[in-house]
Amino acid sequence: MTMTQPILSIRDLTVEIPTRHGILRPVDGISYDIGRGEVLGIVGESGAGKSMAGNAVIGLLSPPARIAKGEIHVGGTRIDHLKGDAMRRLRGKQIGMVFQDPLTSLNPLLRIGDQLTETILAHLDVSRSEAEKRAVAALDEVGIPGARERINSYPHEFSGGMRQRVVIALALCAEPSLIIADEPTTALDVSVQAQIIALLKALCRDRGTAVMLITHDMGVIAEAADRVAVMYAGKLAELGPVRDVLTRPRHPYTDGLMGSTPLASRGKARLHQIPGAMPRLDALPSGCAFHPRCPYAQDKCSADPGPTLADGNGAACWFPLPHDAKVA
Amino acid sequence: MLAFVIQRVAQSALVLLVVGLVAFSMFRFVGDPIDNMLGQERTQADIDRLRTQLGLDQPFPVQYVKFLGNAVQGNFGISYRQGRPVSDILMERAPATLELAAVSGFLAIFIGIGLGVFTAIRREGFAANAIMSLSLIGVSLPTFLIGILLIYLFSVELGWLPSFGRGDTVRVGGWSTGFLTASGLKALILPSITLGLYQMTLIMRLVRSEMLEVLRQDYIRFARARGLRERAVNFRHALKNTLVPVITVTGLQLGSIIAFAIITETVFQWPGVGLLFINAIQFVDIPVMAAYLMLISVMFVGINLIVDLLYFSIDPRLRADRTKAH
Repeated sequence: MTMTQPILSIRDLTVEIPTRHGILRPVDGISYDIGRGEVLGIVGESGAGKSMAGNAVIGLLSPPARIAKGEIHVGGTRIDHLKGDAMRRLRGKQIGMVFQDPLTSLNPLLRIGDQLTETILAHLDVSRSEAEKRAVAALDEVGIPGARERINSYPHEFSGGMRQRVVIALALCAEPSLIIADEPTTALDVSVQAQIIALLKALCRDRGTAVMLITHDMGVIAEAADRVAVMYAGKLAELGPVRDVLTRPRHPYTDGLMGSTPLASRGKARLHQIPGAMPRLDALPSGCAFHPRCPYAQDKCSADPGPTLADGNGAACWFPLPHDAKVA
Repeated sequence: MLAFVIQRVAQSALVLLVVGLVAFSMFRFVGDPIDNMLGQERTQADIDRLRTQLGLDQPFPVQYVKFLGNAVQGNFGISYRQGRPVSDILMERAPATLELAAVSGFLAIFIGIGLGVFTAIRREGFAANAIMSLSLIGVSLPTFLIGILLIYLFSVELGWLPSFGRGDTVRVGGWSTGFLTASGLKALILPSITLGLYQMTLIMRLVRSEMLEVLRQDYIRFARARGLRERAVNFRHALKNTLVPVITVTGLQLGSIIAFAIITETVFQWPGVGLLFINAIQFVDIPVMAAYLMLISVMFVGINLIVDLLYFSIDPRLRADRTKAH
């Protein structure tokens, strides 16, 4: 997958938030690549740093959060130090973003056609009538019936699922090479979640768009992702092909996470639970952040932070589970 | 939407009827006008004759209906003091007040919104903080004091601007305007700042807080994530979403600009309806007072009606809800 140059390449990315009680690191030294047409799922609990990493890539960290270390490359160009208008030009054009809640991510006072054309005009050198034509085509592509008429509708005239289609059309209309989808189905009805994921996947496959799919829904990951990165307390715990990570997790945290996901195949057995909760960023334990909750923890785990995952697959664990371990 | 408009117009009419009742009541309860009109040497026959002549012997409801009928035609009777039709006096005075109010309102809205947006976007900046601190003056100092301070500074000390009056006016049709002469324009500066300053700072602070609220919304983040220019994000996306509450308050404030012109007009001896009203109170000139009351309420009600209609042009969700509801 990463034989050719990756679309997105993150190296040792660290995001810091200075506070009165010291510096917090919601994202701490993560590295991964996403190739052309590849879907990388990012999973983890709330506060694990999934969205923060996505915001860092698109340059929308809200101050005082800032990129303290590391590099971000998109299409071979380093972008983490870009500021102001240079970064603005990349947003939408190189990197598209789909937000969680389609009910709040569209401006309620503007027709969706106007929101589409303004995005197209901001990035592509086309006439207004050409932009309007493309807006209709973009709506058509995301499966809005009667796109030509619906272009004049306001967001409130669409259902939640339809609005998320509009959001996807907006994110894709300037043809970015990378899409960051931050919990794109969380706010949706279960019945339309699968449709939206299938749509996103199909559109990105056709265009060769790389996708960073941030979610805590294992079902979505299993459905859509090619590879998956598991985050815990700002660090990458495990990275690997989706099949391997889901069925043969090597990091004890991933193992616990999989064990706590309801599966039809496991019947009515009581769900597994990881004892404790993810530590707060201002109270990280020494060594591996997971060790207080880890059933396999040894002395080394509380002393040394886990091994860093360089680009590639593996688990950031001193004592990874053997490959043939069964899901708990 | 049409149903809503009709409903609002009906409500406005009701408000005006009630204000009319209050205005009319003044005639009966602020002393007997006959006493004022006839001198010391009156006879009972004189009193009765005048009473019949003015229709004051008729029952209260009949008199009220007559008053309303006349008021609708713009006939508010004859000023006790000047002995001329009140409507003529008002027509003479109204342009001064309306021009003053228009300039003040214009300053308040445009400078207020502009500074509000600026202070919201550059929230941390020195200039924004300085403006916010200064705006406390506009909010907290009473109008007459601002007027007197301005007169002291610009008229007495610096001698740049006139301290009272309208300057030279030009008659255009029945309208006397101060916009067309240099002295008229100069005379407008201090009173309009005095009158509009409070509203300006109020609008500015309101726009700022609404902007800060809207700038936190997802659709602003999404607009940024789509790579729109800052100007488009701030004005097209953010400012437009602040306008509904801003218009509500602005509408009410424009009404009070006209109503509270009284104080500014007194300070600057501005020959408008406010000054007319103050003089009318001193001389218990009830027809003038009643007419002024009606005039102000018509303006208030009219502005509020316009504000209600503006909501529809700004927020498409209201249009949809109303069509569904009716």
